[in-house]
Amino acid sequence: MGGRDTDIVLLDENGIRCDGRKVNETRKVTIKAGVLKNANGSAYIEFGDNKILVGVYGPRDVHPKHMSDTDTGILRCRYHMAPFSVGERKNPAPSRREVEISKVIKEALEPAVMLKEFPRTAVDVYMEVLQADGGTRCAALTGASVALADAGIPMRDLVAGCAAGKAADAVILDVNNEEDQAGQADLPIGYMPNLKKITLLQLDGILTPEEYKQCIEIGIDGCNQVYEIQKKALQDKFFANGEKQ
Amino acid sequence: MSSERKRHVIPGEVITSGPYRAEQNTVQVGENIISTIVGLSDVHDGSVRVIPLTGGYVPKDDDLVIGKIISHSSLSWTADINSCYVGMLPASDVFGRDYSSSSDDMTAKLAKGDLIAARIVNFDKTRDPLITISGRELGKIDSGELVKISPNKVPRLIGKRGSMIQMIESSTNSQVTIGQNGLLVVSSDDPHGLLKAIQAIELIEEQAHVANLTDQVKEMLESKSE
Repeated sequence: MGGRDTDIVLLDENGIRCDGRKVNETRKVTIKAGVLKNANGSAYIEFGDNKILVGVYGPRDVHPKHMSDTDTGILRCRYHMAPFSVGERKNPAPSRREVEISKVIKEALEPAVMLKEFPRTAVDVYMEVLQADGGTRCAALTGASVALADAGIPMRDLVAGCAAGKAADAVILDVNNEEDQAGQADLPIGYMPNLKKITLLQLDGILTPEEYKQCIEIGIDGCNQVYEIQKKALQDKFFANGEKQ
Repeated sequence: MSSERKRHVIPGEVITSGPYRAEQNTVQVGENIISTIVGLSDVHDGSVRVIPLTGGYVPKDDDLVIGKIISHSSLSWTADINSCYVGMLPASDVFGRDYSSSSDDMTAKLAKGDLIAARIVNFDKTRDPLITISGRELGKIDSGELVKISPNKVPRLIGKRGSMIQMIESSTNSQVTIGQNGLLVVSSDDPHGLLKAIQAIELIEEQAHVANLTDQVKEMLESKSE
């Protein structure tokens, strides 16, 4: 095995990326809703080589009490990477990066969830990254919104996540770990497909205005593809052996 | 416009657009009425609602619930009613208006862990729901088997005008107290009947989305009665 290959070809002359995808192709996404018995809602998502488990609790009592809000429910998110999720063991204590991702995911979900209906309560979302391969924040966000729907938390829309970026001077969809490390830019997007609204937008790297516009466009396209898979996960759980369709 | 067919919906899905009222579990966004929950859409008499397939119990005035006493202060008990809000049972509800915290022993009437059948008196989300145990069929539950099902499946268990639950009760010789919060107490003198009633309830919980559930349950109840 050995160390990282630094001479990796991110994009070959045929427009094929290092993992065999085309520039506007997402990795394979599979989602399963309702995988945990003890959580109120849950989801397991595989986004390429990312593997993330999400559990949702609530609405439930807020502890500590002083955090509760008499006007609305509150949303609390924890994004955590397991020690074995990356090549070198990761210290399980929450890192600066994890605290940041927890915060942006919380803010990406907040426009969708309708917590005004449950004042004085909290909804807790726990995202556990079992295996990481670039783009975990989008994958965790995608899984979290399926788990929230599974828990029956009222939502205006599902939130789908997908990143766009730039590697080897080309605009690409769904940036993987190699492209993130060796590429030029990474632009994660959280998107509500029915309301057509962006809830998460970050940019790491440099893009020209044209490239930026292009990234947003294909990123939203990617989110729409992810949304179809989210939809299918929920339909499989709730309406699989049903009738009335 | 009369009622349309029920459709499976997920959060964010557009149910209809047009001159409808957005009711239970729906919101209006511009022209469209969208679902906020996984469930079955129901367009009826100019209004749209979604019957939820998942989610917890939210207390409603006049609901019969089954609760478990978790603690008490000098003036009231608190009961876990399988919801995000706890039920408040005032001591005066049990001891009468001349209740005095110094002379009456609250634990003598209801101790921690006791089960009660209660009714929601008042609830508006700004305070915890007020419950009462004075009334017919209410009060402390002394015997029976506690069964927990999803609160969304309670209407299915009851059936149209109570048809389903009556069928279970009569064919297994048991009594079922149904709390709207998804907690049930099944009691019977006949242990076989008790087991069968619980099995039937579990079957309904599993197969709640199937159309000819009544026939299935009937079949199940009859097949094992031999």
